Amino acid sequence: MAAAEFDIPEIKDYIEVPKLREGVMAHAKTFIAPQAVQDFMGYPHELADNWKESALEKMGDLLGKYRSLKVFLDACVHCGACTDKCHYYLGTSDPKNMPVARQDLMRQVYRRYFTTAGKLFPKLVGAKDLTKDVLDDWYNYYHQCSECRRCSVFCPYGIDTAEITMAGREILNHIGMGQKYSNEILGKVQKIGNNLGLPGPALLDTLEGLEEDIEADTGVAVKMPIDVKGAEVLLVTPSADFFSEPHVESLIGYAKVFHAAGTSWTLSTHASEAGNFGLFNGNYETMRKVAMRIRDAALELGVKRIVVGECGHAWRVAYSFWNTLTGIGYGADDPFSIELQKQLDPNYPQPQHICELTNDLIKSGKIKVDPSLNDDLIVTYHDSCNVARASRMGTEPGGQFTIPRELIKSVVNNFHNMADDTIYESTFCCGGGGGLLTDDLMEVRVKGALPRVTALNNVVKEHQVNFMATICAICKAQFTKVLPKYGFDMSMVGGVHQLVSKAIKLD
Amino acid sequence: MSTVTIIYAGLFYIATLLLVAGLAYKIFDYSRTPAPLKIPTTPAPTTQTGVVYRMAKEVVLFESLFKSNKWIWVFGWMFHFGLLLVLLRHLRYFTEPVWFWVNIIQPFGKYASFMMVIGLAGLLARRFLVDRVRYISTPSDYLMLVLLIVIGLSGIMMTFVAHTDIVALKTFFIGLMNFDVQPVPQDPILLVHLALVALLMLIFPISKLLHAPGVFFSPTRNQADNPREHRHVAAWAAKLDQKN
Repeated sequence: MAAAEFDIPEIKDYIEVPKLREGVMAHAKTFIAPQAVQDFMGYPHELADNWKESALEKMGDLLGKYRSLKVFLDACVHCGACTDKCHYYLGTSDPKNMPVARQDLMRQVYRRYFTTAGKLFPKLVGAKDLTKDVLDDWYNYYHQCSECRRCSVFCPYGIDTAEITMAGREILNHIGMGQKYSNEILGKVQKIGNNLGLPGPALLDTLEGLEEDIEADTGVAVKMPIDVKGAEVLLVTPSADFFSEPHVESLIGYAKVFHAAGTSWTLSTHASEAGNFGLFNGNYETMRKVAMRIRDAALELGVKRIVVGECGHAWRVAYSFWNTLTGIGYGADDPFSIELQKQLDPNYPQPQHICELTNDLIKSGKIKVDPSLNDDLIVTYHDSCNVARASRMGTEPGGQFTIPRELIKSVVNNFHNMADDTIYESTFCCGGGGGLLTDDLMEVRVKGALPRVTALNNVVKEHQVNFMATICAICKAQFTKVLPKYGFDMSMVGGVHQLVSKAIKLD
Repeated sequence: MSTVTIIYAGLFYIATLLLVAGLAYKIFDYSRTPAPLKIPTTPAPTTQTGVVYRMAKEVVLFESLFKSNKWIWVFGWMFHFGLLLVLLRHLRYFTEPVWFWVNIIQPFGKYASFMMVIGLAGLLARRFLVDRVRYISTPSDYLMLVLLIVIGLSGIMMTFVAHTDIVALKTFFIGLMNFDVQPVPQDPILLVHLALVALLMLIFPISKLLHAPGVFFSPTRNQADNPREHRHVAAWAAKLDQKN
């Protein structure tokens, strides 16, 4: 089925807040997961007669397990602060893409069935029965949210629409309305070891090919080891780094960094994926199962350090959740975690981001770089949402902004930031995160990219920027697909380690 | 004792009871519900002291709202801090002798009522004028603002235009506090003012006014950003570890 035709938005000088146009994105519906996919995940694949009761039961369950959901559904005062903050609203002008309206799709049901006011006076407080129409709205609009958390920065109570979207998707899965794209990926990662479904032998083949390419290119035998027991570092990276352009350029960059620093490292076939779509689905146990592959690999290979490649949501899961889910980190007093934590080297943060690692090596002079090798480039940096608003690097708050920029500036001579209200914690999502990176949502993706593209266009005009660096596999895939629709060259997007790769001096 | 006095005495006892019990239950409910994952909106403070500072800025200055929208911030802040001063000023009707600092803020509290009503009017105007805010507004959103405005205006009337018998009113409330019901002054403006305040107290624990306790329980604001240094596990999630 071909995706519907749609107009590409016009890039204006500034990001404009559009007048709302009701229902303009109601048709954008991502493919529903078929039976085989849902079976593997342990979810039904179609609505049962009692879907409504099941949905409400699941909602009650989640309300008891997640304080975020309970507080966020209660606390909103409809002040409107978030209404112009979502890139999908700015790009589509559909009011249900305003964060508060997206939350209200669930809040109206919460009020009807779980609050006194909504049970007694539904019309007064905007409470609604859970009908099939409401359910369809959930499916459509909870798949037009990339869970980027931009709204949560601006909410006076810190209400994070991502938490509500996640709960919405979990309930939808529970009653048989899963999303094909995300659930297929969750199947592949659990059955094969990565989101792309690359089996071990294919991976080995690819890595050998890359080693040959690097040697032909540089004359240096840089290795890409995999499943090496006793290596110091286990590198976990998004599987797109193995096959996709421009991702693979960053993988080459990581390999060169380890080579130049003389650090022994390895990839793992079992954990050949940093990404964790369990986050997007809001299912704790799925997210835990997927994360557990990294714990297993670390224990099996006996590594001392775990380093994560360029992937936004993976870094959120790694940095914020791995300690909780798998015990990769510090400070545990339970046997489950201590087993792993006594194996890890306490001189390093666990897990560590590849940008933290490379930046430290350059700053301490352990690897040498020549930024003039990137003089053909005028670079800007796109803060990926999950890195910016849901994680950290280094020891200080905000290190997730300064460390990648320090690193870029040490390997390039020309760098310009985009407008202040579009970077750091206010960064705009690429438009393809949170499980939306699928062709059946192309209209949502293209329109959702408008705010970022507007900011990019301004630095292109003002500073002749010709390269936008980013540290997220989804951002890279999304931009290479979407930027050409706005008239930009797809090759102007790439990883930070793609820049490192060009500037690093190998012996 | 007049019927009006009996009704108002009963109303305030019930309203107070439901307000306290309702809020206590909600706070208990929030505190018993676990936050299984570390989800502070970053950049976030890395220590608990830092969290207290962040929360203080949020509650006192409405920091996130300031970043977000200056109009809502101006009106919202005027309303909330006007209300705070007005409420503190009202302590004089419940204490004998009146605490010295309540006397100090008395003149500020009187004029803060204007600040409060102007703020509320601004917020109400936004609900009508801004298409995005109009779209998300429910009838209760408008009524809540109207309720607070009428409370404010009736109070202003009694302070600046037609004084009520404030000594008798104080006798009434001190009486309620000592379970010794005294007659309520039968001034129509006062009766409207009191009835609406009681209504506000009644709906507080079942309405969006829960944002007041809610903000303190918001995991995106009250968690320290230290997941690599400290393992954070909810009780229900810890059970999963035992299966491995």
